[in-house]
Amino acid sequence: MDARRASEPDLMKRTTVERKSEREIVVTRTINGPARLVFEAWTKPELFKRWWVPKSMGMSLLSCEMDVRVGGRYRLEFSYEGSKSAFFGTYKEVTPHSRLVWTNEESEDGAVTTVTFEEKDGKTLLVMHELYPSKEALDAAGTGAADAMVETFAQLDELLVTLVV
Amino acid sequence: MVQYSQAHFDASFAALSDVTRRGVLEQLGRADASITYLAEKFHMTLTGMKKHVGILEQAGLVTTEKVGRVRTCKLGLCRLEEEAAWIERFHQLWATRFDELDNVVEELKRKEKVDGRKKSK
Repeated sequence: MDARRASEPDLMKRTTVERKSEREIVVTRTINGPARLVFEAWTKPELFKRWWVPKSMGMSLLSCEMDVRVGGRYRLEFSYEGSKSAFFGTYKEVTPHSRLVWTNEESEDGAVTTVTFEEKDGKTLLVMHELYPSKEALDAAGTGAADAMVETFAQLDELLVTLVV
Repeated sequence: MVQYSQAHFDASFAALSDVTRRGVLEQLGRADASITYLAEKFHMTLTGMKKHVGILEQAGLVTTEKVGRVRTCKLGLCRLEEEAAWIERFHQLWATRFDELDNVVEELKRKEKVDGRKKSK
């Protein structure tokens, strides 16, 4: 019991990623706080925008609008070295402190994301499940997301160079 | 932490379960080769070799490219490595996000404590 407790901090900070099937990916992580606070951090834009786009990603969040209720919409606008992009979609389920479901609607390859918040002993287990419309869409989300972005920006850089010349 | 999809494992192991196919991989590890060359090397008909290469190709262990009338085979990028890299990208993004989320929740907890004290005073 004591031994388990001693190793808890390490286990707690562990993020697991598992590809459940061709179209699904599941990410889990335990956060050291009660579900109502963790839920707040997922649903209040001023809090959400502080962690969703980590500084190390090199992107900055220009705006973050979230209407967190069933049928409500969200919209995040990013900038990265002068180029803008937006992510948007609709909340499908909102159960305070326990469950959020939203769609992603920038393209037809967007996922349906389900996040559950499970509180135990003052800590919250987060389980994030993403279901993509096809295997290809999920494949691309892994290889694509970061890389495609870098590529797009590399292309933009080239374009800017030609414009300057 | 990292789990591979069973289907990829199955395809890889099935491809590796045959002595000729293991020989082909070994051969391609030394140099790219045409299907004709491989068929001769392993004393096999062209059709037979095509079948083996097809299985290796499906498992992602070999890639082939047709230039003119010759189909050249080479070792494919290891699919397991590719898959591990794919998972790792997700992992990195989410681990970073959740570390930041930890900080936000820590701050909310502190705030609540302070507010609680203020109220009780």
